[in-house]
Amino acid sequence: MNAPVANKLALRRSYFEASARARVAAVLDAGSFHEFLPPEASEPSPHLAVLDIPGAFDDGVIVGSATLGGRPVLVIAQEGQFMGGAVGEIHGAKIVGLLRRAVEEKPAAVIFMADSGGVRLHEANAGLIAISEIMRAVLDTRAAGVPVIALVGGSCGAFGGMGIVSRLCSAIVMSEEGRLALSGPEVIETVAGVEEFDSKDRALVWRVTGGKHRYLTGDCSELVEDDAASFRDGAIALLARWHEPAPASSTLRAEQARLTERRQRFAGLRDGLDVWGALGVAEPRQIPMMDRDSLVALKKGLPA
Amino acid sequence: MEKLEFRFPAQPATPAAGAALCGVVGSGNLEILIRPGDEADACVVSVKTSARGFGRIWEAVIAEFAARHAAGGTRIAINDMGATPAVVSLRLGQALGEYTGGVQ
Amino acid sequence: MNAPHPAGAWDTRRRGRLQRLERAAALGLARRVEAPRVGELLEAVIEPGDRVCLEGNNQKQADFLAETLADCSPERLHDLHMVQSVLALPSHVDLFERGIASKLDFSFSGPQGGRLARLVQDRQIEIGAIHTYLELFGRYFVDLTPNVCLIAAHAADAAGNLYTGPNTEDTPAIVEATAFKGGIVIAQVNELVDTLPRVDIPADWVDFYVVAPRPNYIEPLFTRDPAQITDVQVLMAMMALKGIYAEYGVKRLNHGIGFDTAAIELLLPTYATELGLKGKICTHWALNPHPTLIPAIESGCVESIHSFGSEVGMENYIAARSDVFFTGPDGSMRSNRAFSQTAGLYACDMFIGSTLQMDLAGNSSTATLGRITGFGGAPNMGSDPHGRRHASPAWLKAGREAGGPNAIRGRKLVVQMVETFREHMAPVFVEELDAWKLQESMGMELPPIMIYGDDVTHIVTEEGIANLLLCRTPEEREQAIRGVAGFTPVGMARDRQMVEELRQRGVIRRAEDLGIDSRRANRDLLAARSIKDLVRWSGGLYAPPARFRNW
Repeated sequence: MNAPVANKLALRRSYFEASARARVAAVLDAGSFHEFLPPEASEPSPHLAVLDIPGAFDDGVIVGSATLGGRPVLVIAQEGQFMGGAVGEIHGAKIVGLLRRAVEEKPAAVIFMADSGGVRLHEANAGLIAISEIMRAVLDTRAAGVPVIALVGGSCGAFGGMGIVSRLCSAIVMSEEGRLALSGPEVIETVAGVEEFDSKDRALVWRVTGGKHRYLTGDCSELVEDDAASFRDGAIALLARWHEPAPASSTLRAEQARLTERRQRFAGLRDGLDVWGALGVAEPRQIPMMDRDSLVALKKGLPA
Repeated sequence: MEKLEFRFPAQPATPAAGAALCGVVGSGNLEILIRPGDEADACVVSVKTSARGFGRIWEAVIAEFAARHAAGGTRIAINDMGATPAVVSLRLGQALGEYTGGVQ
Repeated sequence: MNAPHPAGAWDTRRRGRLQRLERAAALGLARRVEAPRVGELLEAVIEPGDRVCLEGNNQKQADFLAETLADCSPERLHDLHMVQSVLALPSHVDLFERGIASKLDFSFSGPQGGRLARLVQDRQIEIGAIHTYLELFGRYFVDLTPNVCLIAAHAADAAGNLYTGPNTEDTPAIVEATAFKGGIVIAQVNELVDTLPRVDIPADWVDFYVVAPRPNYIEPLFTRDPAQITDVQVLMAMMALKGIYAEYGVKRLNHGIGFDTAAIELLLPTYATELGLKGKICTHWALNPHPTLIPAIESGCVESIHSFGSEVGMENYIAARSDVFFTGPDGSMRSNRAFSQTAGLYACDMFIGSTLQMDLAGNSSTATLGRITGFGGAPNMGSDPHGRRHASPAWLKAGREAGGPNAIRGRKLVVQMVETFREHMAPVFVEELDAWKLQESMGMELPPIMIYGDDVTHIVTEEGIANLLLCRTPEEREQAIRGVAGFTPVGMARDRQMVEELRQRGVIRRAEDLGIDSRRANRDLLAARSIKDLVRWSGGLYAPPARFRNW
């Protein structure tokens, strides 16, 4: 291996492993972040206290304003290491409040660093309501002309309600390590049996929910390496070329038609490997070890 | 969950930030929030921990921290999900490092 | 049989060997034996009471021969005395349960430790002794020479030459002791080929070989997933590098296997290089091919590695880095446990490893109640060879710290690196090792201590480094240990004033004494944070086993 590559590997700062606070510090312009409701000004969830579970001061989500590449943005960063990033009442209210602020302030974008398994079941209905409010708020923000860019590369990925929220965003930047889906692997196995889906087969989980798969199937717009600096560069690049379209039913119908066609085309395929083959990838087994640049090049060469 | 309160004398800290947060309330981990306190030569600590029955070890860990570091004039709040004493000591040191600033 | 020489007869072993070979020939068994007939072969050439070496290495296992021996008739074969380094497989213990073998001399039993303890309590097994590898190999050439050995190799050619592949391990020591003292050598191989990549064991040392129905089992013992290394282990690794490796200029060393040492390996290209230590430490190793050393090798920190055995998935990487590893003309690695253990004992300046328990004298043990496991290589690596003569800066500095400026010999650095608590808040530091209770319950002559306290020079915990070389009295030594034992009961019982004095003298050094900012103790400092990172560092040459892959 040549020295510069080795050096790059040694210097990489994993986005997957980083805490939400470390991601905020590394992705946004240095020193630009201003937190709304910082830990010293907030209280942990009372619902968790009732259940005798220690809460977190920020209830597992950080919201605030910053600049990204010099442009003003509002920021949401979920902490996947606290209760799987699950959305509780305070957590949800912070996100919704931030998005409503975006409608008023009209920043260049909202950067939504998702890292969540979905609803916080401990808070039951409050969590479910919070998720639906977030969905509506994301759409309201986009309708106001403010793009919402989801970054998905944390240890909890974006599942359940947060999987839906991520797809409601304008665009998604993802790393290979990121995962995006509706039902989580364990949920599928519990409901449908291990024959349907073996949640312990980590390679399979990544082949059907991971960033490379989502990139090849067009569910995410930008694929980046698992490095906070790469997420930053990816978000800046996406923002530079992004124009938030006005909501139109024709766009939605076209998307619906695309997804219907995709569902028919891949019906019966059980594994990312099969889907990649059907997409025209000559050697699907090579995909998992490819680096980001090679995969992006490979996708460019695939039949449209 | 167990709630613990401690107060130990300590040399005064010289804060560089209004508050500092370190760590995450995840399995085997904890978050530590350091804010300015009311007494310049004492370190006042409140702990919420998911693991019951380790009060004596918490007391020893925090006493040692207060003895080894200039951590006075602080109010420290901890939310813990079963961190080992090694992790608690490490995070306390890291949080104080953030609070008092200085080159890493 | 091992009877003394009858008067006037000086070649009983040779004649015995010929008789055994004739019995096999009478059954129509030639050099190449078909797998279904191996049971007949064993019953023909092994005699009751024989010393039998069944090749059980750390990794490579003569599993087919072990199972076949265990299936032999106890009427034909009984009271065998097994002399083997590792009891790794269930069949190794079946031999005793089924009455085929009755006595055992060994080094390590790992996963079979619990069954072995029960057999001892039920008096179904007599244990001669638990050895270090080198002791056992030594005794193969003194008083435990096998009558028959059952070994494993990767391939044979028609003549019976053997290719052992990267996992040569114990094979040369076993075969040499057996073949040159009138014994019988039987090999299982994975395949028969026209031309071997290289000859590791020449055909005229091998009496029989069989192509086993399935390839021999190899355990990936030396792979540690960087994803499981903690921030605390990073902190301890930083302290070890700054407070010991840099301090003594340790160039020649051995690492025990574990996440603590893996963290050190992964800091060599980052933290250690940043400290200007590249080329000044860790250049020459006696070490299994740890995948976590790949980033250090790729960064040019490592010059040479000789290995006890190999590691699954490292074959292509090793072959492509022949400047670093010992490889044959065919390109594949040649390991050798006996030589590498010798290197670790005499040619290395430092051993660093971990333990489950340590007492106030610094004695450490991984023995737990209800299990007899032994320690394999650690006691050789982790001991000061008093016969050593050649000097090195690290060895001299350690010797002079212990014995003053006029010390007439140096000291090997023997470092124990542990977190003060294990999982479930079990303290590592204890007043009394479980080893003593185990000795009592098993009726052993000695407590199973892995590394003797008087060999230990340094203890690294998250609380700091205790330098036992600088302790002048047993009391100082005890307080130095208590002083890094943190919040365990042993640590809490320390004499605060004495510990503070030891700290002033540099006997105890905490992270802040070493100028380490704990904010940097973060997994981001690791050169690789996942198995996949290791594959990337290797340029795709490292092929980890499936269980370590999530892609």
